[in-house]
Amino acid sequence: MSMPFYVSPEQQMKDKADYARKGIARGRSVVVLQYDDGILFVADNPSRALHKISEIYDRIAFAAVGKYNEFENLRLGGVRYADVNGYTYDRRDVTARGLANLYAQTLGTIFTETNKPYEVELVVAEVGDTEASDQIYRLTFDGSVADEHGYVAMGGQADAVAEALKARFEEGMSLSAALRAAVQSLEAQDSDRHLEAKALEVAVLDRNREHRLFRRLPAVRIEELLGDSAG
Amino acid sequence: MAGDRRATAGNVIAQRDVEKVFRADELSAVAIAGTAGIGLEIVRLFQVELEHYEKLEGRTLSLEGKANRLAALIRGNLGMAMQGLVVVPLLAGFDEERAGGRIFSYDAAGGRYEERDFHSIGSGSVFARGALKKLWRPGLSAEDAALVCVQALYDAADDDSATGGPDLIRRIFPVVAEVTADGFRRLPDEEVGAVAQSVVDGRFDSPGGPTAPLR
Repeated sequence: MSMPFYVSPEQQMKDKADYARKGIARGRSVVVLQYDDGILFVADNPSRALHKISEIYDRIAFAAVGKYNEFENLRLGGVRYADVNGYTYDRRDVTARGLANLYAQTLGTIFTETNKPYEVELVVAEVGDTEASDQIYRLTFDGSVADEHGYVAMGGQADAVAEALKARFEEGMSLSAALRAAVQSLEAQDSDRHLEAKALEVAVLDRNREHRLFRRLPAVRIEELLGDSAG
Repeated sequence: MAGDRRATAGNVIAQRDVEKVFRADELSAVAIAGTAGIGLEIVRLFQVELEHYEKLEGRTLSLEGKANRLAALIRGNLGMAMQGLVVVPLLAGFDEERAGGRIFSYDAAGGRYEERDFHSIGSGSVFARGALKKLWRPGLSAEDAALVCVQALYDAADDDSATGGPDLIRRIFPVVAEVTADGFRRLPDEEVGAVAQSVVDGRFDSPGGPTAPLR
């Protein structure tokens, strides 16, 4: 008769965390950063259909890295949460903090109670009336939440990208300067990586818009912005 | 699409500045007639559902899809409608597949009917439709279409006690909205105010409004 091996809870958690980290590091990176008119999201993602960046609500957007089916599942849950809450109460009662809490609970439960943790990392961001009132929450596979300021890099070679972004990020950058900083940072994933507008998924939460502040930037606009800042 | 601003409770004017025309989504507008409470609730739910679909699927519903969804919402109110709380909407939108505008009307049971050229709903709709019949013509510009709408509303208010006319004293004007390929736009008060003023001025000379050629 075979004896079941004893695995200590510490070891179990560590194995799960290692597994999730490995999965997340396999993909490409996403960066989120504040600029003077709002929050900018840039993903190294050539697909026009499978998004890593999405609108959740009027002032809230979502960015994710890792396994598509897993973060898509979380995104749909987030949209449902936001729309139901906004309809039940009022549109202004949907907040990034509430959503981040929901994701933290979901991810935390999945991490501890199932064998396979989600291999995802998320950012939930809400644009405020001023730069000081912007909120950026970063959620990891085990359900931990971090309240970030300025910029976030996640997925793939996240450390290298974060390092590059740290050197380039300044408060109150214009959209074109912020986009250039983001693209250059994403290029730091590999020494020979060059990102064209077509290979990028870019979106903004622009506080100067009305009602729904989320907007995707088409390739033409991305090229224009990158051209602007080069000159 | 345009709507007057009057809400009544029996014989009393309940509100002078109520709004009956709404943005449904970027490419469609919806208006309501009948029981205000239920109508507003249906519009709110309809707006959320369109946005919800758009975010989940990453594309907007087809105009037919929107029209069908609204039909289902109205059908869901049939029980209340049988008890007298009827609400009837009007949907107008830009159909991206056909590159043109379309209008859908409904009955209290959720029946959906596509209209041609123009339509009106509500207590004053018979008078408004008479005016539309004489004033509408193919190829109207957006400006002229807004004028036709305000003329029709004036005629409705002229003969129907539950339709409010332009209130020049309080500066309360009809809500006028246009939907084009570029999206939904509610005309600002100054713009509608100018149109309403010109309509009222015209009625001093001709109380029945512009006359149609007889032959």
